[in-house]
Amino acid sequence: MIKHLRSAADLDADTATLILDTAAEMAALSGREVKKLPALRGRTVVNLFYEDSTRTRISFEAAAKRLSADVINFSAKGSSVSKGESLKDTALTLQAMGADAVVIRHSASGAPHRLANWVEGSVVNAGDGTHEHPTQALLDAYTMRSRLGRLDGLKVAIVGDVLHSRVARSNILLLSTLGARVTVVGPPTLIPLDLTDKAQVSYDLDAVLPDSDVVMMLRVQTERMQDSYFPSAREYSRRYGLDVPRLRKLPEHAIVMHPGPMNRGMEIAPEVADSPRSTIVEQVANGVSVRMAVLYLLLGGK
Amino acid sequence: MAYLLKGVSILGASPTDLYIADGVISDKPVDGAEVIDAAGLVALPGLVDVHTHLREPGREDAETVDTGSRAAALGGYTAVCAMANTSPVADTAGVVEQVWRLGREAGLVDVQPIGAVTVGLAGKQMAELGAMATSAANVRIFSDDGFCVADPKLMRRALEYVKAFDGVIAQHAEEPRLTEGAQMHEGEVSTRLGLTGWPAVAEEAIIARDVLLAEHVGSRLHVCHVSTAGSVEVLRQAKARGVRVTAEVTPHHLLLTDELAAGYDPVFKVNPPLRTRKDVEALRRALLDGVIDVVATDHAPHAVQDKECEWSYARPGMLGLETALPIVLSVFGPQWDLIADRMSIAPARIAGLDGHGGDLTKAGTPANLTLVDPSVQRVVDPAELASRSRNTPYAGMTLPGRIVATFLRGEATVLDGKAVK
Repeated sequence: MIKHLRSAADLDADTATLILDTAAEMAALSGREVKKLPALRGRTVVNLFYEDSTRTRISFEAAAKRLSADVINFSAKGSSVSKGESLKDTALTLQAMGADAVVIRHSASGAPHRLANWVEGSVVNAGDGTHEHPTQALLDAYTMRSRLGRLDGLKVAIVGDVLHSRVARSNILLLSTLGARVTVVGPPTLIPLDLTDKAQVSYDLDAVLPDSDVVMMLRVQTERMQDSYFPSAREYSRRYGLDVPRLRKLPEHAIVMHPGPMNRGMEIAPEVADSPRSTIVEQVANGVSVRMAVLYLLLGGK
Repeated sequence: MAYLLKGVSILGASPTDLYIADGVISDKPVDGAEVIDAAGLVALPGLVDVHTHLREPGREDAETVDTGSRAAALGGYTAVCAMANTSPVADTAGVVEQVWRLGREAGLVDVQPIGAVTVGLAGKQMAELGAMATSAANVRIFSDDGFCVADPKLMRRALEYVKAFDGVIAQHAEEPRLTEGAQMHEGEVSTRLGLTGWPAVAEEAIIARDVLLAEHVGSRLHVCHVSTAGSVEVLRQAKARGVRVTAEVTPHHLLLTDELAAGYDPVFKVNPPLRTRKDVEALRRALLDGVIDVVATDHAPHAVQDKECEWSYARPGMLGLETALPIVLSVFGPQWDLIADRMSIAPARIAGLDGHGGDLTKAGTPANLTLVDPSVQRVVDPAELASRSRNTPYAGMTLPGRIVATFLRGEATVLDGKAVK
């Protein structure tokens, strides 16, 4: 088993599949009255969050607690440069406290890679800047697999601000490892110039929808408007938002995903978000199972 | 002190005896000269760096004029031009004279201050360039290095203004709007790593504008740390038209690529950023064919805490003085005439440093020179560097060439590979 999960590139197909299979076993637990496993009793998992993200933090917290780990929440808001101690000093502190795993969310890309140099335990990337969010990709893959029965050969459209999206980066890597075919869609300003050959690029959402099994909408921050990535929220929504007429262009079986939090009315219409096609709430539930599987396997749970 | 360099090879020529007396090269034997067995050693005119950050005043925890001078002498340098981005900024006669005086006191290399183009490097108001030129520091190169003089009108005025005292503007070519938040070269690697890209065009657009401005007003322009293949083409065309432009390339841009960012170790973070293999190849060819005139180190010491952090928070820059010649040797091999020109003669000419980059075969030439043993291979060990900082990207690399001795106006600053003071 790998020691750290810093990037979806750390996962080969076998490892990723093992995580998804393990997550399915974990999910079976949540139907029981007692949801707890003793697997990580006596182990310490630190949630080191430099960015506010209640949903991701409680998802990891729930995952660790269901495995009986001791959980320490370390909220280190604000940059390590402007105030407070450096990431390295924080790492040494966590090391001294005997952290077996550190789950890190940070606004700087690559912070988990730096952290892994300074702690002996496992490092799990819970989102780093505009780099990656590998457990999100795993829960997305898990959701696709449980809804559609497979990943190999699936056609997945990832729509929106790919340039700044850590969710998109991790999904492109993981989905291509697992045999899915990814097309990224968005205005050219929000698609990186030198995208990997692991994904196709399209600027035309309407053309891509009829041939998609999955359409994953990314959150688009309205701040991007001020920086001239697109002229207005209205124009963005008109060209790249998923509304009801566009939903009808999808094949019958296709699902709609969103990593949340959503801008209803911007990249996704409320009727679409709440439709039976949408897996948005399911994704949240699957997040706990997948993160249980990751912690269990990284920490060699038994 | 007089010296006899016995059996030395001047620029790779047949072994000869070289006498140094009264601060100059002598063509006659000198009684009582200290004999240095220089068999197998190559004599080069003392290296001249037109782009060094010595950090004093302001960041003496990263480097001082004294420690930087020692690093320079050990690297074979006899003169370095100290960049203006100190704290306070070297934008007045007072600060440039302070740096110049500190250099004299250290006494290991000639420290030639560079003056800021604009007050506080803020890019708004021209600094008192004339006062710096006529100060004891005798400033001739002006640069806002670290920042680009982005305002085209201000750049035009600066280019024109320094003509009165034969000055030159050394431009850090970086279009600021195109590089907001930039962390590394924009390309496949930056996309993969999720680091904001620094596009090549942000450098090329400014160089293109500046060569046109220099041509228009008939001024000299020097371009700092050229890093892209596109910049080379802009410079090639400008030089072909007769524009008075010179350019430098750093050792790291001649050797390293953006792939090194993959581990997020900020020791590889530098501005302009490491580029692609294609850019490295173009820069090498440009240095060979003279489109790029000089190798300059952009020696940029940083304290440990400014590098042992997240990539985005780290300061850009790498050490260079002690490894520049070995890197150039490793890239180009023992092309001694080329090395002497690009690392000594041409930089001395650009900086207006008389007495440096002289002809070592001529009696009376100021004895600014360095002796290199090209047969030695050395592993770079950060702990052994004389710089106060440790941010070398070459740690663990094996590089050819050892600086055995350096002489500044006939006095040894380095002997047996060690600084004399």
